[in-house]
Amino acid sequence: MSATATAPAQRPAAPAPTPRARRRARGWSLRAPLLPALIFTILVTQLPFLFTIFYSLRSWNLLRPDSGAFAGLDNYAYVLTDAQFLGAALNTVVITASCVLISMAVGIGLAMLLDRRFAGRGVVRTLLITPFLIIPVATALLWKTTMFDPVFGLVGFVLTPLGLGEVNWVAQYPVVSVVTALVWQWSPFMMLLVLAGLQSQSRDVVEAGQVDGANRWQMFTNVTLPHLRRYIELGVLLGSIYVVNTFDTIYMMTQGGPGTASSNLPFYIYQRTFLGFDIGQSAAMGVIVVIGTIVVATLALRLIFRTFMSDQEAKS
Amino acid sequence: MTATATAPAPRTRPAAAPAPRRRSRGTVGGTALTVLTWAIALVFVSPALWMVLTAFKTEGIAQTDPPTLLFQPTLEQFRDVVGADFTPYVGNSLIATLASTALVLVLATPAAYALSIRPVKRTKDVLFFFISTKMLPLVAVVVPIYVAAAEVGMLDNIWTLVVLYTAMNLPIAVWMLRSFFLEVPAGVVEAAQMEGASLPRVLWSVMLPIMAPGVAATALICMIFSWNEFFFAVNLTASQAATVPVYLVGFITSEGLYWAQLAAAATMASLPIVVIGWMAQRQLVRGLSMGAVK
Repeated sequence: MSATATAPAQRPAAPAPTPRARRRARGWSLRAPLLPALIFTILVTQLPFLFTIFYSLRSWNLLRPDSGAFAGLDNYAYVLTDAQFLGAALNTVVITASCVLISMAVGIGLAMLLDRRFAGRGVVRTLLITPFLIIPVATALLWKTTMFDPVFGLVGFVLTPLGLGEVNWVAQYPVVSVVTALVWQWSPFMMLLVLAGLQSQSRDVVEAGQVDGANRWQMFTNVTLPHLRRYIELGVLLGSIYVVNTFDTIYMMTQGGPGTASSNLPFYIYQRTFLGFDIGQSAAMGVIVVIGTIVVATLALRLIFRTFMSDQEAKS
Repeated sequence: MTATATAPAPRTRPAAAPAPRRRSRGTVGGTALTVLTWAIALVFVSPALWMVLTAFKTEGIAQTDPPTLLFQPTLEQFRDVVGADFTPYVGNSLIATLASTALVLVLATPAAYALSIRPVKRTKDVLFFFISTKMLPLVAVVVPIYVAAAEVGMLDNIWTLVVLYTAMNLPIAVWMLRSFFLEVPAGVVEAAQMEGASLPRVLWSVMLPIMAPGVAATALICMIFSWNEFFFAVNLTASQAATVPVYLVGFITSEGLYWAQLAAAATMASLPIVVIGWMAQRQLVRGLSMGAVK
């Protein structure tokens, strides 16, 4: 888009403003539409975070009346040596990574199956996106009860021939259970993204590959996967953003238990805040999580900006 | 209307001259693959199908060993759920979802427009800022928000959720709408401006009609995430402003006891979003890929 086109209707009536003033006015007219959203976002998300930083420097437990004193970095020192916090951090990484990667693999598989014309294709796609649309709270409850119940659950029933009939999945393998429910919920999301990528693949390239005598696997690894790359990256990025914040599934399925075996950071911090009433410590945890997330996210976003954005920019 | 997104892959065009190998492989192999696809799809969605099936059972039949497929369907559970105070929760969810989605669109559209124009300095920084707020773990801000809401008497108030859901969905909406703005041909906009149309007018009568499917996709994504949101809802509401996901928490105390009723409640709670999602799945694809579909 050329600069002249975007200059929004310069008012000819204005009595010859200096070039500098005009440039400034133009800058503002371009920036002004951005401001409401920007100010709103800063007020609702950044301002509370400043308070979180402030709280994190104070010794503040609602159960201790004398608390509220400035504590420096004590909360941070405590949190970083707290085995439960570190366990929850590890769980967060394990749950997020396994959920995103498995969902992506399942999503790619389902998308490949859907990327051909067959009877009932629309119905199958409609069925497959359903888990993504069901309320996650309901998904968690259903997996916990109707699926994973050791006596009446469907999973036990199906796995009985394999000798896994009486396994109490949620109690014995809480992380596996949580990841299963999450994978079920997020695979359709990945499938839709990959499917969009597959359908944007140009037929010519596929045909050229076939003419060159590439077999199916070679076609997939050498032609399809590279083409899908930015869709996969986008899926991993968005999936991670949402899965890292998972709270409902853990709250409803395991309550972080047994003990703290399946609690992730959002759930553990919630417990410290609303059940332990330790505002200072939970604020410190929040700050640490944010720092960790920013480090990881910066790296991830770099990647996305390089591939996803630059490509799109080139087209405009 | 969504020709770009939906055109079901020109490559599946049936009789295109080349690609004889694929066609000849057709019939037997093709049928097998179709059956396999159907089987995998049915297994994959079986938990959802099982939920719907369970909703039509009595409590006794819902918990049998082995699980049963054959039974006399009953609407008893649905009646019980509606009879219990389910409706206020639905009302709250509707307000939170519709109001926040509208607010998101109002705020995000001008912002996305500004960011789709090259000369804005530091476009990438602003975009990065928006998406980075999504990475801010909600737990890191919930305490100050709780304190502030309590301070101004906005705890257990549905409009608190509206504000938070707006902030939650705004970054994604800005990103999505920006990518749809980038797809509007520059020539169309230039022509309108040559004829002296003001900026709001160009936005409203030239660009928005072209972007309608994109706006729909954005609204849909916002609605899904608002309707399904749980963390803020459970922590900031009590009796007055509780939403549908909070209603479902009630079943956690009676775990294992009321499966059929839980299934009925879960089915009804999910139904609005599931149906909307089904009807608008093409827009959904477009939205999720942030307009990257060509």
